[in-house]
Amino acid sequence: MSASMNPAVTSPHAPLPLEVETMVKRFGTVTAVDGISLALHGGECVGLLGPNGAGKSTLIRAIAGRVIPDAGRVSVFGAEAGSQPARAALGWVPQDLALYPRLSVKENLRSFGRYHGLSGKKLEQAVGRCLVWAALEDRAGELTRNLSGGMKRRLNMAAGLIHEPRLMLLDEPTVGVDPQSRNRIFEMIEALRAQGMTIIYTTHYMEEAERLCGRIAIVDHGRIIALGTKEALVHNSFASRSQVVARLQGREGKVAAWVAERRGKITDSTAEFTVEHPSEIAALLEGAASSGLELVDLSLRRPNLESVFLHLTGRELRD
Amino acid sequence: MIIPIVRTALLALRRDRVSLVLSFVVPIAFFSIFAAVFGSQRDTMPKIKVIVVDQDQSRASRQLVKALQVDGSLIVSTRPAPTKNRPAPPEFTAETAEAAVKAGDVSVALIVPHGFGYHPISFGPDTTGTAIELLNDASDTIAPQMVSGLLQKAAMTAMPETMAEQGMKYSEKYLGTFTPEQRKNMNTNLEQLRQIEKRQNADGGTGATDGPGGGIIVVKTRAVVGENKNNPMLSFEAAAIGVMFLLFTASGSAGALLDEAESGALDRVLSSRVNMNGLLAGKLVFNILLAFTQLTVMFLWAWAVFKIDFFSHIPGFVVMGLSTAFAVAAFGMLLASICRTRAQLGALSTLLILVMSAIGGSMFPRFLMPEVMQKAGLWTINAWAIDGFEKVFWRDLPVTALWQQVSVLLAIGIVLFAVARRVARRWEYA
Repeated sequence: MSASMNPAVTSPHAPLPLEVETMVKRFGTVTAVDGISLALHGGECVGLLGPNGAGKSTLIRAIAGRVIPDAGRVSVFGAEAGSQPARAALGWVPQDLALYPRLSVKENLRSFGRYHGLSGKKLEQAVGRCLVWAALEDRAGELTRNLSGGMKRRLNMAAGLIHEPRLMLLDEPTVGVDPQSRNRIFEMIEALRAQGMTIIYTTHYMEEAERLCGRIAIVDHGRIIALGTKEALVHNSFASRSQVVARLQGREGKVAAWVAERRGKITDSTAEFTVEHPSEIAALLEGAASSGLELVDLSLRRPNLESVFLHLTGRELRD
Repeated sequence: MIIPIVRTALLALRRDRVSLVLSFVVPIAFFSIFAAVFGSQRDTMPKIKVIVVDQDQSRASRQLVKALQVDGSLIVSTRPAPTKNRPAPPEFTAETAEAAVKAGDVSVALIVPHGFGYHPISFGPDTTGTAIELLNDASDTIAPQMVSGLLQKAAMTAMPETMAEQGMKYSEKYLGTFTPEQRKNMNTNLEQLRQIEKRQNADGGTGATDGPGGGIIVVKTRAVVGENKNNPMLSFEAAAIGVMFLLFTASGSAGALLDEAESGALDRVLSSRVNMNGLLAGKLVFNILLAFTQLTVMFLWAWAVFKIDFFSHIPGFVVMGLSTAFAVAAFGMLLASICRTRAQLGALSTLLILVMSAIGGSMFPRFLMPEVMQKAGLWTINAWAIDGFEKVFWRDLPVTALWQQVSVLLAIGIVLFAVARRVARRWEYA
């Protein structure tokens, strides 16, 4: 990656890379995005974390200009989403493998480069840069349909970067790839971050969001229900408290009543409590025993993004 | 284990609507078309359009023309149809009738020459009968045979006085007073008649063949179109088959849009500098070039292998080729934009293209079809394209004579592409 590939130098008065103001999008009776507001600063990587169907992809498509909001406003570097300047500034990596399978790696990159108005030497240089970034130089002549899943994903990302955008939209770029390929993709994104690229990264894997993103927006039912750094999100939900996860055996109604009495939650037949200090666990154990409930197992853990999501929505992230 | 497999296959078929359509609707549609073309011909036999030029204007010639006019198998015209500019056009002449055959307006023209009334019919070897000239288009081998036969029928049924008069003449000529010499003459003539009959039987002749002695009315047949061509059906086949496969190629190629929509590539392209107008125009140009190249290869093959005269018809070929390619490319684009999946496109295009090809003349010449089917064929790209190529390669007409076919094909292309553009809005934004 050469320095020319990115950008990210924004003066205090320059328009923000991305501004979403109370955007609403409905498909029939379903409200996919329900009044989301979001602003990104130059060089920032913001993760959109949420389960399938939360509205992440609709938001991304609206930023790419492919979805017209029913209400609200989306602007990219001050230009309306979908406008020519916004398209030029934006590199979109869709969730699907949006490639030409019968074209070679190089031909795909050339095609998308031409669609963005590149030609001649500039196009060849851009293709060369992208091949290096995606570590596909030795596969340049290979037909895309013959590539492995991980390589296709990398090429999919490279095609979004061919025209040197200033804002990247990465929509679940690791879907369906093996752990090794996923690591390679993380390295590519970290290289972009090191260059100061502004990135939006959607995922439903909290580890990815934790590793790559400075700020994380938790999206559910078309709304951002929490936004901040990982630490801030955890602190806002749990302060300094820890989680106790316990599996109890006993009559269902009796267990539920006992958990509710101690302000816990039951998810998938597992009871969860928060404690300020580990010493509070002893009281829980005693309480269970005196109520005639059998404790099968018990663990203490520090809350993470998954816990935050569960805490905020009452559901698992991957439901 | 057979029943579970049958059950699974049935379940799969029931949910595969495309296969169901192909399995049941296409055969029924085809059967209906072929039944309409051939099955009901007893009642709707295609009538032959004939121009008759009566240069003689004798009693006998007028009787003959009148008899032809009332014949149910023929549509006889003696003058062009009136138009706004020419409400009472003059009668056809030998020249204008020949031009009409050359232009493909009619299959056959009959010229009844001066002096026909003096000697309208002849028997056997007598070649003194005044020959009616039959001008035909060699691509239609059926029409001249039928007209020739109907001419003999008309003479037998509509000219009794002439027949009697001529019969007396012949009695006098052949019988006389039955002197030995006359008997000898009569025997000789009868023998000659027998020989002719034998020859005709051996040739499988019908009595309506070229030249004198073929019937009581002498008919001289002259092909005014295609007389020097080696195979009358060759250029027709090249155009007919070519257009049908062009339609298949165009719809298949336009289907790439559906693949791109499904893979997300279309979305990505539309998020670049390319907009929907540019995208569809690009696809259209590609499909036109593909179709034109396909046609060119087909005609070059016909030239190399079947000796079709390609290189002296290049301007006409280019004009017709590009017009046809535009219409079929737009047709493909429309189908692709209407369909949601490749499977839908496959089923719909197969159904439409086969039906269009059947009634549009790609499978059998339209002049063999009943009048109604011939008119229905005019709603297809095939018919206009085939007519145009026939004008170029068969009738050797200049490019200017193609204006009608070119206009219709361009209009079809524009309308189909405009509709395709409108339908493609579904891909533009959500």
